[in-house]
Amino acid sequence: MMQIVIASGKGGTGKTTVATSLAQVAAERGAVRFLDCDVEAPNAALFLHPVLETHRDVGIRVPRVDAQACTYCGKCAEVCQFHAIAVVGKKVLVFDDLCHGCGSCTWHCPEQAISEHLAVTGVIDSGTTPEGIAFAQGVMNVGQTMGVPILRELKQWTPATGDAPPSTSLRASGALEIRDAPPGASCPVVETMRGADFALLVTEPTPFGLHDLKQVAAIAHDLGIPAGVVINRDGIGDAAVGTWCADRGLPILLRIPMERRIAEAIASGQTLVDAVPDYRVGFQELLERIVAGVNP
Amino acid sequence: MKLAISIAGQTIDSPFDARFGRAESFCLVDSDTGAWTVHANPALSASGGAGVQAAQFVAKLGAQAVVSGAYGPKAYDTLSAGNIQRFLAPGNEARSGADILAAFRAGQLTEADGTTHGGHHGG
Amino acid sequence: MKQLVILSGKGGTGKTSVTAAFAHLASQGPLADRILLADADVDAANLELVLQPRRLDTQPFRGGQVAVINEDTCVHCGDCESVCRFDAIIETDGRWTIDPIACDGCAACVYQCPTDSIAMQEQTVGECARSDSRYGPLHHAHLSPGQENSGKLVTQVRQRARQQALDEQRQVVIVDGPPGIGCPVIAAVSGADLALLVTEPTVSGIHDLRRALQTVQHFGVPALVCINKADVYPAGAREIEADCAAQGIPTVGRIPFDLTVASAMVAGEAVTLYRPDAPASLALSALWARVLPFLLEAPA
Ligand code: SF4
Ligand code: SF4
Ligand code: SF4
Ligand code: SF4
Repeated sequence: MMQIVIASGKGGTGKTTVATSLAQVAAERGAVRFLDCDVEAPNAALFLHPVLETHRDVGIRVPRVDAQACTYCGKCAEVCQFHAIAVVGKKVLVFDDLCHGCGSCTWHCPEQAISEHLAVTGVIDSGTTPEGIAFAQGVMNVGQTMGVPILRELKQWTPATGDAPPSTSLRASGALEIRDAPPGASCPVVETMRGADFALLVTEPTPFGLHDLKQVAAIAHDLGIPAGVVINRDGIGDAAVGTWCADRGLPILLRIPMERRIAEAIASGQTLVDAVPDYRVGFQELLERIVAGVNP
Repeated sequence: MKLAISIAGQTIDSPFDARFGRAESFCLVDSDTGAWTVHANPALSASGGAGVQAAQFVAKLGAQAVVSGAYGPKAYDTLSAGNIQRFLAPGNEARSGADILAAFRAGQLTEADGTTHGGHHGG
Repeated sequence: MKQLVILSGKGGTGKTSVTAAFAHLASQGPLADRILLADADVDAANLELVLQPRRLDTQPFRGGQVAVINEDTCVHCGDCESVCRFDAIIETDGRWTIDPIACDGCAACVYQCPTDSIAMQEQTVGECARSDSRYGPLHHAHLSPGQENSGKLVTQVRQRARQQALDEQRQVVIVDGPPGIGCPVIAAVSGADLALLVTEPTVSGIHDLRRALQTVQHFGVPALVCINKADVYPAGAREIEADCAAQGIPTVGRIPFDLTVASAMVAGEAVTLYRPDAPASLALSALWARVLPFLLEAPA
């Protein structure tokens, strides 16, 4: 299965707009699985309208100490790199929000006094869209700090047999996975991109857009993932993004002009290809170019 | 009573450091005799959980009370689990560890009755 | 000293353009020389593109640690791989290596290795800077692409900003916050006196605003809302106002869709300076006039 990540660096450049339209045209030619990896602000469902039937709590495995067995030796606190477990006097404290769920304390406790429990940090919702796209999103709970464990779980998600359209199989060679990445350029973006076959970088032609595009292009480069660029709101700002891409040999695969009717349609929850069907062809060509580029 | 004062320096005359988890060092002083030692704070370079680490450190030093400018929620919980009293001293006045000791002896320090700042350091 | 943090939930709603306009407007009024700026969006540090800062001081930012295998002593037993829960240890042709990007820094492998061949190494993952800008001192930072711990870097930027503001008795600190609701946002918002959430009247903007407001409230910081590009989807703007009114959160401004904002960005200027009479500039001036009293009167 071919995996395409849609990323942007700067938020609000139209990443989800591109990802959802691409998924819709892709669904016309084969099986598609869509993962909304923006666990802090997942929005793709607002456009693709999946029926989310399945909800699974996810999180990290945090230690719980059996006070009967514990001898307060302090070994767990010593091995924990994140100071998530503290031993003072005759007490052991665990701070779930500092814990990374690495398991070191469990393995090193000489009394086997530690067991692990799931600390829920979010949920994975999944289902199918009207077009038959197998859809899943990770949603981080408010007040949580670590989105990456949710992302790792989300990437493992496979539709239950009942979810997938019966006529198509996601294992087929033509099947496609589309991941909508979070904004920014830190750890969660890397985790979303890791293992993908292609990174489609959505930007806008402004100095902010260019600055943040450079960051995310650097990640794709470091991970050895081929990349191409979509310029959204073409016509505002300046030509610096185009010049930079040309210098870097990054192909510009699609330009979406700044049009008020597009902005209005997307604001109300329509996808781009639904709102302006003229773009269907543009997205079909975009998809063909990506697929051809990855499997020459 | 054994008191740990957060300071920035090597002696009891070094300036008071209002941060707890990220204090440069702790001055451990016997409030009865005035005998003191200074211990570098191992949590200074921690990437997360500095307050917890510093709290365990002063507990190991045998402190019965600490004086700092603010305690994050985790440092507060860890200190109270170790039955260590938590005193507050305002951080915006220039003063030394010795001044803090004098204030403690004069009964001028208030005890922290909860966490005094968010203390979120990412992780 | 009061700290205003500007947030959005969804990225790209115009947070930084609002921050830049506030910086410009504040520098014109009675607060001239009494404000300080901080860019807490360390993943996408764009404020400096508008403020044209002159760097005074740059310090490396050390993030977490990563594990490194000593090839000379490794006996290729693979024990390390079995304990790594982050899939960071990879075997190729009977040799084990650690992917520094995947490594979480937990050190489980260090304790597991029978030959003590793994050590933790601290990494420099960004930088923290202090500058002079056209509207006042600026604290900003840059996180290297792909790194974690941006929450800690945000905390560092805010602490440095706060310290300078206290030292120089500056009255107002304006913080440009990161998007989302996670670690860096919490680091940006905790301990602030007031949060201004800049949203867009789109289905995504509304959805993300709700989550961002919950986060701000979770940390007990009073919030105000301003709607950018308010005229693009009036039904959405009404929904936001109703939502906020129901929660007792004042909607303090509506900024119209105005391409002047993008032109100002290209020119590297705050839109309120670039074209003071543009529709967006007028709305931003009115917004600042409404936000400021809330900030100055926020309980300490
Ligand atoms: S390592 Fe085990 S026995 Fe020792 S303090 Fe921790 S939980 Fe208790
Ligand atoms: S699982 Fe890892 S991070 Fe969590 S408390 Fe144990 S050692 Fe610390
Ligand atoms: S430090 Fe932890 S995450 Fe990194 S390689 Fe070792 S076990 Fe894996
Ligand atoms: S556990 Fe140690 S010796 Fe074994 S493969 Fe890993 S690094 Fe090498």
